[in-house]
Amino acid sequence: MDIHEYQAKEILSGYGIKIAEGGLAYSPEDAVQRAREIGGHIWAVKAQIHSGARGKAGGIKICKTHDEVEAAADYLLGRRLVTHQTGPVGKVCGRLYVEAGTEIAKELYFCLLVDRSSERIVMVGSAQGGMDIEELAVTNPEAIVKIYIDPAVGLQDFQARKMAFKLGLDAEVISHAVKTIKGCYRALRALDVSMLEINPLVVTKSGELIALDAKMGFDDNALFRQLKISELRDKSQEDPREMAAADRGLSYVGLDGDIGCMINGAGLAMATMDMIKLAGGEPANFLDVGGGASAERTEKAFRLVLADKNVKAMLVNIFAGINRCDWIAEGVVHAVRKLDMKMPLIVRLSGTNVEEGRRIIADSGLPIITADTLAEAAEKAVQARNEVVAKEAAGA
Amino acid sequence: MAILINETTRIIVQGFTGKIGTFHAQDMINYGSNVVGGVTPGKGGQTHLGLPVFNTVKQAVQQAGAEASIIFVPPAFAADSIMEAADAGIKYCVAITDGIPTQDMMTVKNFLRRFPVEERMILTGPNCAGTISPERAMIGIMPGHIYMRGNVGIVGRSGTLGYEAADQMKRLGIGISTSVGIGGDPINGSSHRDILEMFENDPETKVVLMIGEIGGPQEVEAGLYAQTMSKPVVAYIAGLTAPEGRRMGHAGAIISSAGESAAEKVALLRELGVTICPTPAAMGATVAEVLAGL
Repeated sequence: MDIHEYQAKEILSGYGIKIAEGGLAYSPEDAVQRAREIGGHIWAVKAQIHSGARGKAGGIKICKTHDEVEAAADYLLGRRLVTHQTGPVGKVCGRLYVEAGTEIAKELYFCLLVDRSSERIVMVGSAQGGMDIEELAVTNPEAIVKIYIDPAVGLQDFQARKMAFKLGLDAEVISHAVKTIKGCYRALRALDVSMLEINPLVVTKSGELIALDAKMGFDDNALFRQLKISELRDKSQEDPREMAAADRGLSYVGLDGDIGCMINGAGLAMATMDMIKLAGGEPANFLDVGGGASAERTEKAFRLVLADKNVKAMLVNIFAGINRCDWIAEGVVHAVRKLDMKMPLIVRLSGTNVEEGRRIIADSGLPIITADTLAEAAEKAVQARNEVVAKEAAGA
Repeated sequence: MAILINETTRIIVQGFTGKIGTFHAQDMINYGSNVVGGVTPGKGGQTHLGLPVFNTVKQAVQQAGAEASIIFVPPAFAADSIMEAADAGIKYCVAITDGIPTQDMMTVKNFLRRFPVEERMILTGPNCAGTISPERAMIGIMPGHIYMRGNVGIVGRSGTLGYEAADQMKRLGIGISTSVGIGGDPINGSSHRDILEMFENDPETKVVLMIGEIGGPQEVEAGLYAQTMSKPVVAYIAGLTAPEGRRMGHAGAIISSAGESAAEKVALLRELGVTICPTPAAMGATVAEVLAGL
């Protein structure tokens, strides 16, 4: 789960990390009021969306008067911002963070994350802040420093100092930098953070070290014990279909294709989507219905897949282990009747009680297309989709 | 031979008396696995499914000679159960539990590394379907009847995709020495490479099928090891259509940096001499071709 910049800054500030003075705004009037409260002559009005690279997408406006603050807020609120992290659909800005302008002397990059390869925590830093770290990793990998932390021992001062010196900081700021780095580490450990990125971490002209941006991602598996963090969830930043699926205990990812999928198991789901692609089609979604696919769950899954208006044909692929094919078949027949489904449906069942499952489908009298193997299922789904498209073209 | 388990392996179930633990313990017993009891703290001394229940794993090791353990404990307590098993002297542990916090798994791995290698418990999972040595023993939740005994080792992250592979092979008359699920989490007990190494040392295994997916470095690490193996490795990597930065069901199935997409992994593995299955429907056929060439 991701949170907004202003939320991450509030958390980090509790761990001793310095941030510029700022406040949240939901309207242009709010924004002007925040600017008044902050005082000074320069403010940054920042769109709060779950994505990096907001600056490039026009999501951050530097303002020198209250009128400019109002205009910037008016422009940004409700606007859909597209960055390379949001995908082409972009994300709608519903909140703004108004922050005191900072006189920047130096921009740095700092990040802490749980590294799956070393199974440790890694601290990543660069004296070249402000830019995309992935880009920097390609163009100038030597400019990036990585320090691994043994979670059993924890972050040591010498490691934080080493990072601070590698960031090219002056002697006067080193102790503050160590405090900042250690605060970030404590937050990561205490709150089940999977990724914490400060880009840029800046040295101001008055020699202070400030987190000018902050991004935090949390381990979804740990949210059960991080209730305060769970409350920070902003559903407007997430795909509504994925949210609806998660609420029903299903795992769904919407894609751009037009063959809807319902499969049990994440690996088999990915493999089935691969097979659709290799057969010349494009999957409309990833959907794992999980182990105990009851009739009710199957119906919910069908509703979810069919809610996508691009879908022209649907493929069900179940390899029953704990599941039983007869239960799945009953669920499918029930869902097709209840939802009065008209588009082609291809069903492939395998595993426990497969004969009985197939018999239920055959006896239903419904025009369900069946397949024995994965390859056959994908080919039939693509063929059915093509026929629908051809018919539509002929009709138009 | 096979790897990790056989018909004599003395197995206990942690989370024995719960609904899920009970269901799968019975299934394992029916398959012929040598289940010798289970652990549910506070229920020690009771009998469940005709077998003794212990309060601690240590008691199960001392009194029932437990060697392997399977964990059906809820996510919040699963890491603790794994560490208890390691501490008690269990040699092999399968963690079925899905949803264990990543930092808990980091703690588990750290804990395991404190033991000298020869005394260290082998862990597979979490978030996996378990391990089966067909027609001998099963420590997992898979449908045992789809697996036929033979000479091909399978290692994979996904449960149902592993079933698909076993089924394709059975249709072609190809059997399996052992099939190991390593699970879909970003930090897991054993990697693809760890399991390849076991298959390399198993005289019964002639070919290994590795079923990987997007995300993480383990498939490529395994590919580097495969270069040094005496046995051929066949691989399929799921997730050709997966977009970058989106989690595809498994906590670990996410392309978050360069080299983690299916296409990139396939290209690297091919370069390392691994035989690639052209489609997921051709896993059985590709293994058959490689077996025929031996």
